[in-house]
Parts: sequence; C-alpha cells; structure tokens
Amino acid sequence: MLKNYETVFIATPVLSESQMKETAAKYISLIKENGGTVVSEEDWGLKKLAYPIQKKTSGFYHLVEFQAEPSFIEKLETQYRRDERIIRFLTFAMDKDAVAYAEKRRANWAAKKNAAAEKKETNE
Amino acid sequence: MAQRNDENADIRYLNPVTVEVKKKKYCRFKKAGIKYVDYKDAEFLKKFLNEQGKILPRRLTGTSLKFQKKVAQAIKRARHIALLPYVTDLLK
Repeated sequence: MLKNYETVFIATPVLSESQMKETAAKYISLIKENGGTVVSEEDWGLKKLAYPIQKKTSGFYHLVEFQAEPSFIEKLETQYRRDERIIRFLTFAMDKDAVAYAEKRRANWAAKKNAAAEKKETNE
Repeated sequence: MAQRNDENADIRYLNPVTVEVKKKKYCRFKKAGIKYVDYKDAEFLKKFLNEQGKILPRRLTGTSLKFQKKVAQAIKRARHIALLPYVTDLLK
C-alpha cells in the first residue's frame, strides 16, 4: 500500500553543481526502481546552516516528495547513511493534512519560481 | 489596628499602579483554521521561539495542547535539518 513520504537531505557544499544533481538523481532513481512514484522535487540550492554540521556552515538542500511502500524507507535510509556526500537527512510520513498543505505549498512554490524566472528574463 | 491603616495611607506610588489588563489569549491555529504545522517553514516557527531559540510555553503563546505538540515536533524536526538553531543568542 503506497504511503506519502517527504524527505529532505543536505549534501556537503564541497560538491560541485553537477555532483549535487547526480546525487539527487541517484535517490530519485532509487525511489522509482523500488516501485515508488516521485510526486514533486524541490532544490533549495546552497543555504546557510543554522549550526555547523561536520565543520561545514552551508549545504545543498534537496526536498523530494514521493509515494512508496513502507518497507522501502529502511532501504532508503541505509543508502543515506552509507552515502558520505549526504551530511543530514530526514524522512517524514505525511498524513492527509500534510498532503493537503504540500499541494498548496507546491502551487505557490511553482508560482514563486516562474515569477523569479520572469524577473530574470525581464532584466536580461 | 487603626495605626497600620495610617501607615499604608502614607505610601504614595510615583506613578499610578497599572493593573495588568488580562488579554484574552486564543489559539491562533484554531482561529486561523490551520491544520498542519510545516517543519520546513522556519520563519513561521520562529514566532514560537524566544531569543535563545527555546520553545515558548503555552501560557505565553496561548496555543492549545494539540497544536503546541505539533509545533514542538515541527521545531525539533527543523532543528534536526539545521533550519533552526538548537541554541543561539539574539535569534530574532
């Protein structure tokens, strides 16, 4: 039975942009292989951490919202622990209120994003 | 007995004693109809933290027990993924 999950992970800032995309893609494909479906994906990019983790003060944040079998989560988390590029991760089981909230949030995230994109085009 | 009354008659306050008017506290979640507290929304969660980054008690924020637990859980998750600090000074 597919349940809704949300996972946020932070990659070390040492990575280059391409490596960061590759790690994200790795986990997305991992979800898809194990019968999960990715609902949405957000890349918050490089952000300052509130406190240093492993002596680093910033990190690449990445949010993935997906549906998967409950048994898959254990596998996902062992992958996270094994991957040394990920310095912190959090998986979160979403109840119906969380899912409703996530849809609303995704709407204005998309709106904000293409608003930013338009702004970039205008001043180019 | 009478003598004591004269004593407190002499007490003069510099400014009039302002009796603290009791503001009716309400749970902002019930009033606004919010159902889910998002752990990723650090700006909103900061309203429930004091300067040192500690969680404010219900008697100050006035939130109901059900939502105070949700807020506390969300704050702890936000701290885990470094959106909020565990301890700091002058957070705001």
